[in-house]
Amino acid sequence: MSSPTVQPTTAKAPAPSRPRGLGLSSSTPLALFGKVVGLGLVAAVTVWMAPPLLATRSWLMLALLLLSAAAIFFIYLQPWKIPPKYLVPGVVFLIAFQIIPVVFTVSTAFTNFGDGHRGTKEEAIAAIQAGSVQPVAGAPEYYLTVATQGDPATGPIVMLLVDPATKTVQVGTAEGLQPAENAQVSDNFKVTAIDGGYTILNLGQASARAADLAQLTVPTAQGAIKNNGLSRAVEGKATRLYDAACDCIREAATGATWTADGTIGYFVDAAGNNLDQGWQVNVGLANWAKPFQDSTLRTHFVGMVVWNFAFALISVFGTFAVGLLMAMALNSDKVRGLRFYRVLIVLPYAMPAFAMLLVWRDMFNQDFGLINNLFHLNVNWFGEPTAAKIAVLLVQFWLGYPYMFLVTTGALQAIPSDLVEAASVDGASRFFAFRTVTLPLLFVATAPLLISSFAFNFNNFNAIRLTSDGGPFPPDSPSLGATDLLISYTYRLAGFSGGGGAQYGLAAAMSILIFLIVAAVSIVSFRRTAALEDIN
Amino acid sequence: MRIRLLAGLALGSLALTACASTPTATTPAASTAAPATTSASPTAQAPAGSVAGTLTIWADDKRAAALKTVADKFAAENSVKVNIQAVSQDLQNTFVTASQAGNAPDIVVGAHDWIGNLVQNSAISPVSLTDKAAFDPKALAATTYDGQTYGVPYMRENIALIRNTDLAPTAPATLDDLIAKGKELKAANKVSEILCLPVGQNGDVYHMMPLMSAGGGSFFAYDAATGKFDPKNLTIASPKTIAAMEKIKAIGETAATPVLKRSIGNDNAISTFTGGKCAFLVSGPWATADIKKANIKYDITAIPTWKEGGFPASQFYGAGTFYVAAKGKNATLAQEFVTNYVSKVETQVALYNAEARPPALTAALDQVKAADPDLQKFLDAGKDAIPMPAIPAMGKVWDPVGKAQAAIVGGADVTSTLKSAETALKAAIG
Repeated sequence: MSSPTVQPTTAKAPAPSRPRGLGLSSSTPLALFGKVVGLGLVAAVTVWMAPPLLATRSWLMLALLLLSAAAIFFIYLQPWKIPPKYLVPGVVFLIAFQIIPVVFTVSTAFTNFGDGHRGTKEEAIAAIQAGSVQPVAGAPEYYLTVATQGDPATGPIVMLLVDPATKTVQVGTAEGLQPAENAQVSDNFKVTAIDGGYTILNLGQASARAADLAQLTVPTAQGAIKNNGLSRAVEGKATRLYDAACDCIREAATGATWTADGTIGYFVDAAGNNLDQGWQVNVGLANWAKPFQDSTLRTHFVGMVVWNFAFALISVFGTFAVGLLMAMALNSDKVRGLRFYRVLIVLPYAMPAFAMLLVWRDMFNQDFGLINNLFHLNVNWFGEPTAAKIAVLLVQFWLGYPYMFLVTTGALQAIPSDLVEAASVDGASRFFAFRTVTLPLLFVATAPLLISSFAFNFNNFNAIRLTSDGGPFPPDSPSLGATDLLISYTYRLAGFSGGGGAQYGLAAAMSILIFLIVAAVSIVSFRRTAALEDIN
Repeated sequence: MRIRLLAGLALGSLALTACASTPTATTPAASTAAPATTSASPTAQAPAGSVAGTLTIWADDKRAAALKTVADKFAAENSVKVNIQAVSQDLQNTFVTASQAGNAPDIVVGAHDWIGNLVQNSAISPVSLTDKAAFDPKALAATTYDGQTYGVPYMRENIALIRNTDLAPTAPATLDDLIAKGKELKAANKVSEILCLPVGQNGDVYHMMPLMSAGGGSFFAYDAATGKFDPKNLTIASPKTIAAMEKIKAIGETAATPVLKRSIGNDNAISTFTGGKCAFLVSGPWATADIKKANIKYDITAIPTWKEGGFPASQFYGAGTFYVAAKGKNATLAQEFVTNYVSKVETQVALYNAEARPPALTAALDQVKAADPDLQKFLDAGKDAIPMPAIPAMGKVWDPVGKAQAAIVGGADVTSTLKSAETALKAAIG
């Protein structure tokens, strides 16, 4: 790789050999093509993203977008500046897939974002008012014919309203209702002809103008007429209105009021009942405090954390032990059909874990499951705490050992056999040689994998959710089961298991707490394994 | 993006509200609502032309397939394009999330008990139905929420007792009869299970509902006159519910011959019945296809109640519903489709032909029921069914109450288990 500074700065014609960037330099036609396509994509994405930002007047986001596009163009169109060319893709992906999700999670953890609190207060007010619109009593159920003044594609939209009881026709515009002149009405209450320069639209023309029609509101004495689709119209009136003076919603008919409570993001009446539509507010540390206020969690927290650690550690070391045993057995040249056995062992790893977990769940069924039937047992596997724990761990072993088998097979083959031979020459027994030579060397190679496997299993949501679903649940705690991990408990606590009622803010706070635990364990483990490095 | 959506929303609703209050111009509401409308209009006009003429419908896999013919007809009649998208997993939540992100469809098809959650997330708009009398009153009640109609029902469903007539020729008059017949068959080694009622390890509130109400149990205080449930007034640990669950425990796993078992769940109840291992199945219209395929002679009757001190064994009534998305891009076409097209008899008959569920329109049901006697049997069996509560609090019932019921079937103490479920439910509802 050459760098610009080494180029001889002679007074020759412009140097034909420009510094070569990896594939993005224009030195070869292919690279040039790649550059054109890449930058074209950047331009396309920018153009695609700009209009919505313009429409919503998000000037800051727009400026960011344009600046980053300009920066990318600047960097890749310069013949020099090699380091940024390598760094930019990585940085972009780092920001997009690491930093933004982390920032989003942390900021969500301080809000009440969730079902009922997804949007803004303005959206909530609009929804409350729209939801309170009731048909005006005694008003006709109008049939609608859509028409325009002048050109069908561009002229202002009007509603031709037919009262089905009398077949009288009125013209509805933004100004109000006027009687129609010389209107002809068909048997299915459609206006077929009318005077006054109106063009009656057919269904195709009307649907093309649907968005304009949606914006037309015809004011009346009691309320307003809105279209209901393309063929009917309703006279309605909002019964609940927002009053900025008291920052409350008032129901006209009953005088009931719901006052905005900015701390919880709801409109609340005097009795403490809230309207359904809420909005997102900052709740400070409430989400962080909730796990510690929950009485179930306080009582069972230690037990759950111990089980969570046990689950992860037994999963990792159990699968490691099984995988290692198999690897050692199949590491000998004396075994016939070595390849066949290896393929057989790796099979569980090749099957989708998702489906396998469900199959295992059914195999553990007390009355109809394969396991009880095969061994003539009558164990209620997911009904007794200890049996359920054993069952989920058994499933983990079956799913996890092929991975450990693969890893340890590779590591074993990398350990020079003369080391073990030297140990046996020195008089070490086979077990002693394994314990003092092979195993430490194996740990050097596999420790990082074991730690990452621990972190994965600590949060192995699928393994629990798809088998025991956290159960069995002690009668006194329907929210925390015997096989619940922190992550599956969080899922339930944050309301994801029912239909609706999800609390993303709480879930974000809990997931950060779990991250802190896993990070602490991983840091300590990595420190410890650093000692293993001395073996080499 | 959100502001653009907000603008559309504001126009749909604030325009009405602003105009509504203009005659009495002194109310402050008019002055606040009006500026919102005017400031929103320039942005709302921008995308109008580009999306007109396309209607996007989201439904689950089965429904999406069933909708095809109906949607094609609507598309041809109105010269528009109809896009049906199947969302196979977690449609409700996907829809709410998409609404919030500005990618909502125009119409979503789902169960009526979604309404509470969809309303609290401002995801759906009310609809104006013109001919309400044409619908089954229960279907209308199910889609009415807080005094407002939020969707158009197209089918109704409830569970019932499905009986293998080879094994049990006569319909049991009481639960006691059912259990006695089941025990007799089991003693004669004709079946291995007495009743295939899904319980599962973590409970199944929906299928347990008839047995619970047969003993007088309930979740919330229910006002039959207004059809409203009061989530602040929990009855899950009331003396009546405790008594009802005691009766369930008595036929649970600790009984000499268990009738209810946690090993029978939603995933194996129907297959156990079609395998001839039980004579009685508690399930809904979705089970009949498998039963017919297994060539089992069956009959559908009401779930009976206890011989002594029994209340009606009410199951939940569900209405399949078309919703108009509040943040869809083409509200007018969506309204036209949902309120003026789904409410047509021929549309509901076509939907029935695509998937055999009782239509919500009485006239449509009358047209199809002659050819399919199961429909009327299911409806007769569900005459005491109560519309599943659509309030957001109901979403929080399933999990803790289901687990409590499973624990009771497994033999746990009824009173303390229900009290714990009540505590958990109170904490969840807040």
